[in-house]
Amino acid sequence: MIAGARLRLNPIACDGRGLCAEVLPEMITLDDWGFPIIRDADVPPGLLDEAAEAVRLCPRLALRLDHPSTTPAASRPRAG
Amino acid sequence: MNTLDSDQLPARGAAAVQARRFPRLLPERFGGGPASLEEHLSRYGQLPHGWGGPWREQLIAEVGRAGLTGRGGAAFPTARKLAAVAGGPDMPVVIANGTEGEPASAKDKVLLACAPHLVLDGAVLAAHMVGARQAIVVVHDAVREVVDGAAAERRRARLDRVKIKVMTGADRFVGGEASALVNWVAQGIPLPTATPPRVSESGLRGRPTLVQNVETLAHLALIARWGARWFRSLGTTAEPGSILVTLIGAVRQPGVREIEIGMPLSDVLGRAGGPAAPLGALLIGGYFGTWADPAVAGPLPFSAEGLSAVGGSPGAGLVAALPADVCGLAETARVARYLADESAGQCGPCVFGLGSIADALADLAAGRGYQPGRLRRWMAQTEGRGACHHPDGAVRMVRSALAVFGPEIDRHAQGWCCGRRPPGVLPVPPRRTP
Repeated sequence: MIAGARLRLNPIACDGRGLCAEVLPEMITLDDWGFPIIRDADVPPGLLDEAAEAVRLCPRLALRLDHPSTTPAASRPRAG
Repeated sequence: MNTLDSDQLPARGAAAVQARRFPRLLPERFGGGPASLEEHLSRYGQLPHGWGGPWREQLIAEVGRAGLTGRGGAAFPTARKLAAVAGGPDMPVVIANGTEGEPASAKDKVLLACAPHLVLDGAVLAAHMVGARQAIVVVHDAVREVVDGAAAERRRARLDRVKIKVMTGADRFVGGEASALVNWVAQGIPLPTATPPRVSESGLRGRPTLVQNVETLAHLALIARWGARWFRSLGTTAEPGSILVTLIGAVRQPGVREIEIGMPLSDVLGRAGGPAAPLGALLIGGYFGTWADPAVAGPLPFSAEGLSAVGGSPGAGLVAALPADVCGLAETARVARYLADESAGQCGPCVFGLGSIADALADLAAGRGYQPGRLRRWMAQTEGRGACHHPDGAVRMVRSALAVFGPEIDRHAQGWCCGRRPPGVLPVPPRRTP
């Protein structure tokens, strides 16, 4: 079986704006201070569109969808 | 030399006999100042040199057989880190980590103050092993002069074919975290970055970077001389060798000692003269470590395997003995506040989570009320949610405190405290002005 997409959060970039939790409440809740908690990074196929929308809407570019076969982790630019 | 001794030694003659002496890293007597290059070479002999791929691979394999693990706290297998960096696509860099930002710990400073050449040997060797041309040695301000002096001695003697650069570390708790250290060396900003990539893949100026604690490098320098078999003649099968520990608090002779991994924790305390007062608790490993009941932890072997029985590990080698008349909750609240203040301030859950946890502990310690459910929720919401492991380590320490000081929590709820003396066993620097 091919591994599915994974939702990744860069906690340094994240500012707790919270849009992601509104678009994708099935996967994301907010902690007591308004920062997103991703319950399980594996995106169910039925939620791929919503997950992509959450990534698009993040004003801090802190969310990312990793497709394991196409995105080698080491090629990412470093944050900070 | 009796037959048993010669049987345990690699056949390398007189130098190997000296090597068997214990302590391995520290001088037998303190107070003589740093070992000069001449003294260093007469005690340990020349560092073996070699070149080329096969030599590197053999030596990395020997380090693997020795079972050396990182002595900075995480205990990662050194050979695996060396192999990862050596196999990278670009010219690697070596950074020796002697920042020791933890206020209670002194073992790296003492090692550098006594045996700077052993650490520099290890840094140079590690550079050879991964194919680096430069070793950057980052040390605490307290020992900068000693290390500068040792590096100058080696330059005058034309000892090394690797360039040694000495720097002072950032005086921050997180400054020793690998990515924060890389950023400090590169830009003077000691902030961690998100992983991946690990610094072993892409570190200083994008190069594969080996960040290794200075004590680990000192052990490495001895393994290169006397081999895996010699290294394994101390310690346990799973965790061979010796380890430096910092003993503070209610012990008769606080300070840094080298001990054999696996000796009972009560014997480790004995190396510092034993308890100087009835003990209430032990903090094991460091400020990211574990509080434990001395009666339970005392007989346990000082090893990751042994200390796992109380949820602990040797960590960065700290053992703090809390006397029974000092309140463990008050100590924990002070350290939690310090760790919250030392957050790099980049990740929301670390900033707000550790801050909230520290406030809750201050209230608990002062008898101003305690909401256990809320504190547990905050710990769960803080753990594992930073770019680095700073929040995880702080939460681990607090969690162990709540378990060990349970009866004390109840007393505080009723307006009582066991403390007959103000807290202050665990050193915490004055708060920075914002």
